[in-house]
Amino acid sequence: MDTSEIQAKVVEIIGRYAKNKEAAATATETTNILEDLKVNSARLVDVILDFEDEFDIEVEDDDADAVNTVGDAVALIQSKVA
Amino acid sequence: MTASSAAGTTLGPVEILELLPQQEPFRFVDEILEVDEDHIVATYRYRAEADFYRGHFPGNPVTPGVILLETVAQVGVVALGIYLVALAGGRDEVKRTLALFADAEVEFSGVVRPGDRVTVRATKVFYRRGKIRSEAEMTLDDGTVVCTATISGMGVRT
Repeated sequence: MDTSEIQAKVVEIIGRYAKNKEAAATATETTNILEDLKVNSARLVDVILDFEDEFDIEVEDDDADAVNTVGDAVALIQSKVA
Repeated sequence: MTASSAAGTTLGPVEILELLPQQEPFRFVDEILEVDEDHIVATYRYRAEADFYRGHFPGNPVTPGVILLETVAQVGVVALGIYLVALAGGRDEVKRTLALFADAEVEFSGVVRPGDRVTVRATKVFYRRGKIRSEAEMTLDDGTVVCTATISGMGVRT
């Protein structure tokens, strides 16, 4: 799976929880998940669980805490699926 | 789950009720019948004298759906959450943590009258990074399902 495929899936997953649907539609790797997409912080657990299901990976809590942007999520997933 | 898990405590039903922060007139758990890492069963009888029946509805008291949802949350999120937090971090961790409602998907399928007793059965979907989600069903004593919900709460340090 290449980076653009991962990013498309990441954006789709985060988009489920984004209050700002317009920003979700045009998200790039620098888009901040909480601030730009207006995802409720309590939803980050849901996002991580969806990543685990979608990509068949396990994400440690410390790794999850370091995810702020779409690009952070893509890089994390890429390191796990590689 | 954390490094402090060595301090873990397995709480019983009575201890959980003692630690449940919700109190009268906003406590909707009378008795916990079963609890373990994966599920909880508890009962509550709606007090006929509860103030909300005066307005919901005059002359035709029906327990508000939001109160049924709160009841499900106190059992499936707060009480089960207390058990899980204690298991990982002991009583002190429970006392430092307040469980707040995060999200819910709910369906109501029956009417609950003043004096009715309900049983809530909740099964854990996940408990991670301080967030708990349960699937729950509320039934009347005759077995009628009155509410099904998927509910989540977030443990917040106070």
